[in-house]
Amino acid sequence: MTFRPLDRAGIAARIARDIPEGWFVNLGIGIPTGVSDHVPNDREVIFHSENGVIGAGPAPDPDKIDPYLVNAGTQHITLRTGGSFVHHADSFVIARGGHLDLCVLGAFEVAENGDIANWARAPDEAVKQVGGAMDLAIGAKRLWVAMEHTTKGNGGSRIRQVCSYPLTAKGVVTRVYTDLAVLGIAPNGFLVLDMVDGMTPAELQDRSEAKLHWQ
Amino acid sequence: MIDKFVPDVPAALAGIADGAVILMAGFGNGIPETLVKGLVAQGARNLTLVANSGGRDTGPTADILATGQVDKLICSFVRPDSTAGRLFAAGKLELEIVPQGTLAERLRAAGAGIQAFYTPTGADTLLAEGRETRVINGRNCLLEFPLRGDVALIDAWEADRWGNLTHRASARNFNPVMAMAAALTVVQTRHIVPLGDIPPANVHTPGVFVHRVVHVPE
Repeated sequence: MTFRPLDRAGIAARIARDIPEGWFVNLGIGIPTGVSDHVPNDREVIFHSENGVIGAGPAPDPDKIDPYLVNAGTQHITLRTGGSFVHHADSFVIARGGHLDLCVLGAFEVAENGDIANWARAPDEAVKQVGGAMDLAIGAKRLWVAMEHTTKGNGGSRIRQVCSYPLTAKGVVTRVYTDLAVLGIAPNGFLVLDMVDGMTPAELQDRSEAKLHWQ
Repeated sequence: MIDKFVPDVPAALAGIADGAVILMAGFGNGIPETLVKGLVAQGARNLTLVANSGGRDTGPTADILATGQVDKLICSFVRPDSTAGRLFAAGKLELEIVPQGTLAERLRAAGAGIQAFYTPTGADTLLAEGRETRVINGRNCLLEFPLRGDVALIDAWEADRWGNLTHRASARNFNPVMAMAAALTVVQTRHIVPLGDIPPANVHTPGVFVHRVVHVPE
């Protein structure tokens, strides 16, 4: 049997399965943005957007767009009943102050000690794209990462012993969702929690630069 | 009688000097676009611009950067393929990248009279190189200083003559925080309302932080 990697929506859907009712959650740009599409309406999860939206809802019908209501990716959204708005300093009180049950970020690499690199591909990269990632990474109760297991270019693993790219934060990732597996961060490194159907432990290890552990 | 309304954009921006630090609110919306256009026409130079991002190829941020009026941009995010990114690559724009929450808090600190603070944000990153860090409650933290503006350019939905403001939906973003962080806070408002019309508990930015208001209908 051969395995089939999840596509980006598949990774988002896999993450959504693990978010229980009642959590207050920030979704980063990229794969994480799609997570809310896979949380059923009858499961109350409150989504925070860093530009000051509490209770962000799905995209509106084209004839119901409010130009004054966007998410962190500046896409038009709706506000769920019960939602509210805060200014930017209070929005990052939420992000930094431990008030989010979960933040899901995209990343270039994650290391076995929970380090995350997601803002620059080289120390001397001319332009830096930090945004709110450093605040969210150190501030949420849980930080999950959504990314492809290997790079598109040379197939190098994003699951690392040590990050090769500049860090966003140290030792903060608690779980990684890739197109191939779900990995926890344990004291001794990556712990495999789930794999796509048909994947063998040897195949997953082969695509991971860091050593994987099984329960 | 207190009346912070001014008749037009030139009056709103009168006296902004070369070398000023300009706080420009906005995040996708809530951007004081008409005031930024006015600042281009007003022509002050050697400015430092503080904004959430460096913008794109068009729009208020790109437009004022393209004039060469801005020497330095302080923001959380610059797209490489943007007016700001290309000016920086060409050595024509100085750049200070600040994590978004730290940016908001530095502005808030300026308004609040806080002289410095320690935050774990960015403490273990390249942004901390050569700067003071300290372990507090077991966490590595980075020393940050207030970010004060000479001028804040603010967008509002409603304003009254005392300068009390509301901001619509997510257009609130940096507006209340930047309004309190500048020596001169200039507001463009979509709607003018009589004093007392905004319910007191619904004022998002109280007039104490506001100096000039100009009406810019949609």
